[in-house]
Amino acid sequence: MSDNGQYFQRDRTWHPPAFTPSYKTSVLRSPQQPLISLENTLSEMTGPVFGHSKIGPLDNDLIRNYAKTGEAIGQRIVVYGRVLDENDRPVPGALVEFWQANAGGRYRHKKETYLAAIDPNFGGCGRMITDVEGRYWFRTIKPGAYPWPNGVNDWRPAHIHFSVFGHAFAQRLITQMYFEGDPMIWQDPIAMTVPDKAAVEQLIAALDRQNTLPMDSLAYKFDIVLRGRRSTMFENRMEGN
Amino acid sequence: MVQKLNFLKESPSQTAGPYVHIGTNPNWVEITGVWKEDLGLVLVGPETKGERIIVKGRIFDGAGDVLRDALVEIWQADAEGLYNSPEETRGKADPNFVGWGRQPCDGTTGEYRFETIKPGRVPFRDGRMMAPHITVWIVARGINIGLHTRMYFSDEEAANAECPVLAQIARKSRIPTLIATRGEENGLPTYTFDIHLQGEKETVFFDI
Repeated sequence: MSDNGQYFQRDRTWHPPAFTPSYKTSVLRSPQQPLISLENTLSEMTGPVFGHSKIGPLDNDLIRNYAKTGEAIGQRIVVYGRVLDENDRPVPGALVEFWQANAGGRYRHKKETYLAAIDPNFGGCGRMITDVEGRYWFRTIKPGAYPWPNGVNDWRPAHIHFSVFGHAFAQRLITQMYFEGDPMIWQDPIAMTVPDKAAVEQLIAALDRQNTLPMDSLAYKFDIVLRGRRSTMFENRMEGN
Repeated sequence: MVQKLNFLKESPSQTAGPYVHIGTNPNWVEITGVWKEDLGLVLVGPETKGERIIVKGRIFDGAGDVLRDALVEIWQADAEGLYNSPEETRGKADPNFVGWGRQPCDGTTGEYRFETIKPGRVPFRDGRMMAPHITVWIVARGINIGLHTRMYFSDEEAANAECPVLAQIARKSRIPTLIATRGEENGLPTYTFDIHLQGEKETVFFDI
């Protein structure tokens, strides 16, 4: 067995429940039977290694990585942070992928029908692998808010989607980042699937004036926490127990 | 007052939304030129050891409709039952098999599809062997937190019968929801693993 222990039990009260009727699509897509609790085996405690060689130099520059005739339009921002675990330790080598709408709130996707204009120079995707201190960063434009078919007049606040792959399949996480000071977060049926106000606040990136680039870009800090694990000293039980 | 434990909380999950592919499979949604190829599409190469198989299936919602916007990830051991991971201490896994795959469900049929190899057996925590299996993770619009399940193999009846994980499922009638059916397609064995999010055939999902 491995040197490290099992991952801490996921706190399901901190996450959104599967069934959240105010977010209508969840109604038919939420399992109704209790999840079967499974102590981590190797299948859950292992995971692939993502090599830095897979990542291109513009993968974390959304202003330029789809540029055709010029740079993407919108409020220039830098988003940075660390991927940590619940023990407050950095997670190096994590694959962080992000995607978002353009400055007008329009996604580049064939199924997207919102009337806001497509930006010919904005693809909306990026990725990075965290460094030895668990850090990631990327440059982009601030996405716009947009209406979506849920309630008659529901709007998503400005947000960036994140997919994070740490060291184990048990740590797999997809979430969204919101922006400090946005009143629309608290009217959003998707943000509000998270039951605890403090948990929602964990998804709100802080405006960082210190790291804001003069005459260039605002900076937002967004740390992401993956599940932590017990240390081995708690795992030394006898076989068969 | 007592001492503080100083643990952090895991970031709460949010749905992957309808446009998850922009971030995970941009080439598949015609956002080309940003990176050469989407990650996780190819699991096997000419050097990979083991029996080549196709794993495929569809995901159904509570009304019986097929999901066409879901994303499926799989993680599995190599043909000898070793994981290609730094956490693997029992031996060295096949260097030509990463063991991780990611595929979008087809936008029309809803089918997901992986070309992979049949995994070997991996020990449970107490050393007993689990039956060969593939761990599966599903995200989509309307799924607030990714769903973990496992796919087992219909032609591994003896191993399935003694698998300590399957044995933990108290309602035995639910075990078949985890067992993919073997078939054949162009000379390759296929395993069909349909996933039901709700209803009488609701797939067993795990809290891992």
